[in-house]
Amino acid sequence: MKIKIDGLHKAFESRIRLGIMSVLAVNDTVDFNSLKEYLDLTDGNLASHLKGLEKEDFIGIEKSFVGRKPNTKYFMTKNGKKAFDGHLKALENLIKSQK
Amino acid sequence: MKKEEEYIKDLTEIRTMMERSTKFLSLTGWSGILAGLYALIGAFISYRLFYNTHGSIISNTIDREEISQNVSGLFLVAFIVFVLAMGTSVLLSFVKSKKRGEKLWNPASRRLLLNMTIPLVTGGIFIMILFSKGFYDLLAPASLVFYGLTLINAGKFTYDEVKIVGYVEIVLGLVGLYFVGYGLLLWAIGFGLIHIFYGLYMHYKYEK
Repeated sequence: MKIKIDGLHKAFESRIRLGIMSVLAVNDTVDFNSLKEYLDLTDGNLASHLKGLEKEDFIGIEKSFVGRKPNTKYFMTKNGKKAFDGHLKALENLIKSQK
Repeated sequence: MKKEEEYIKDLTEIRTMMERSTKFLSLTGWSGILAGLYALIGAFISYRLFYNTHGSIISNTIDREEISQNVSGLFLVAFIVFVLAMGTSVLLSFVKSKKRGEKLWNPASRRLLLNMTIPLVTGGIFIMILFSKGFYDLLAPASLVFYGLTLINAGKFTYDEVKIVGYVEIVLGLVGLYFVGYGLLLWAIGFGLIHIFYGLYMHYKYEK
């Protein structure tokens, strides 16, 4: 994994990815449109960040249909939770140490 | 390395996103103030219409038919107050959520509503049963208790202050169950004054 010396995860350098992970950390599953609304992003922008997180195996995808409309839901994987928790701790430590 | 400010911004973003996606924060102080006013007016009308002549609606000297007629009127007043308060709250939340760039109907508000509905409907059925069995003096305190439980449940999915209001309503309800004659007075305090205090507090804390 690409972890820098300070314990911060490279995948979370973008605040948008951090935001996605934060939402998924406190919700079992979240659909694409809700994420879009929370983060105030365009479809393409959100999709590319989601793909990035999926590549890292931090989030999983659950596809289903509501009537005829495809409904994509995202959730946090165990791997993602571990990385996110570690990142949070590292952030807190950094702030503490700089004070 | 990023600067400390950047880390703090990261943490703020995490917190905001967690809150935004789990809590419904489009409730307004004005909803509380107006709900309180409706309740006070409703309580006043009930008092003038139904309590005045007998001192208390529960009096063994009046016949059952008259009581149930009066209580039906009380129900109507309570129902109108409930609909007005809910309507106002939904309308004002709609305006606020639009300002915040969110939809009113999102996962957070769905969760809030679902968690409110269970104790609220249970309470509603409970009160109907009390009514049908003739326990008229328990209606007001029971509505306070179940409303309090509803708010405590709802408090997990919106502002924390809502929970505190819930505790107060439960205490008022239990007091009303014990001191039977004071049902309407406590109802007016719980649904009227407490709502107004809560609304003013929320308005000055979050909307100023």
